[in-house]
Amino acid sequence: MRSVVLAVPEWPGHLAGQHVDVRLTAEDGYQAQRSYSIASPPDDKERLALTVERLDDGEVSPYLVDELRPGDQLEFRGPIGGYFVWDVAQRGPLFLIAGGSGICPLMAMIRHRAAVADAVPARLLYSSRSFADVIYREELDRLAAGGDGLEVVHTLTRAQPEGWNGHSRRIDAKMLEEVGWAPAERPLAFVCGPTPLVEAVARALVDLGHEAGRVKTERFGPTGG
Amino acid sequence: MDESQLRLDGNAAAGMLQEIFVQEMTAARGACASCGRVADMGAQHLYMYPHAPGAVLRCNGCECVLMVVVRDGGRRRFGMQGLTWLEMREPIQTG
Repeated sequence: MRSVVLAVPEWPGHLAGQHVDVRLTAEDGYQAQRSYSIASPPDDKERLALTVERLDDGEVSPYLVDELRPGDQLEFRGPIGGYFVWDVAQRGPLFLIAGGSGICPLMAMIRHRAAVADAVPARLLYSSRSFADVIYREELDRLAAGGDGLEVVHTLTRAQPEGWNGHSRRIDAKMLEEVGWAPAERPLAFVCGPTPLVEAVARALVDLGHEAGRVKTERFGPTGG
Repeated sequence: MDESQLRLDGNAAAGMLQEIFVQEMTAARGACASCGRVADMGAQHLYMYPHAPGAVLRCNGCECVLMVVVRDGGRRRFGMQGLTWLEMREPIQTG
């Protein structure tokens, strides 16, 4: 996992949740292109941050994680997407559900919310394999401690540190009901992570009585990178 | 691994659709010709694999094919056999 920070001259600005398509061209002209979520908030206009998970058999991520050096140039297009996006004007309450690196676009939303200092109530339910796998752990702790209406709940599915008293199983309907908002509060839900997690969570939310149109999903497939 | 585990959202086709339609398309709504369901294109199911020459967008209700994009030999073929209609925002006029 690596954060790649780009300075983009004449960046038109983006919305939290949007992505960029990064394209690499080999010497023989072969091109590979992958999408990466923007983790920095729209309010940070000087730099664009992408958080890239290195996939061993990937065509783009090993380059971005292992080889990209300060000063290198990168070909990409964006910002892209208008569906899985959140602006503070859309209000909430927000229910953000992440699995693994699916936290990235949700982090842009959390940072945007913090940057505009608008206390839209927000809850993040974040599933990671282990404590060490939690991305942005310290920043999330700090933001949640700010007491401005952001709550962060972790679940660790494979290994838990000694004394862990949080959740230790995959996200299920019971956990969504405990952590989330009641359907009557009409939360706006954003779910991002591996396809099986996203599908299970989206289905459970609708079964719990949430409006399907207010449950937005972004699946990170098992291939690519 | 069954095919459903390889599924993505229409969001992932945003760049490709923008190349064709010039404007942002994941917030556009489409009606499935098969089951009639209306949904944002970003919420439809996308099947797009690395190295594959194209992508298929399917209805998130009935899984019928909505759109197919195939690229090969410097050409792009775009089929939208499964959509009764597609509704997008008027482009914002600038200047």
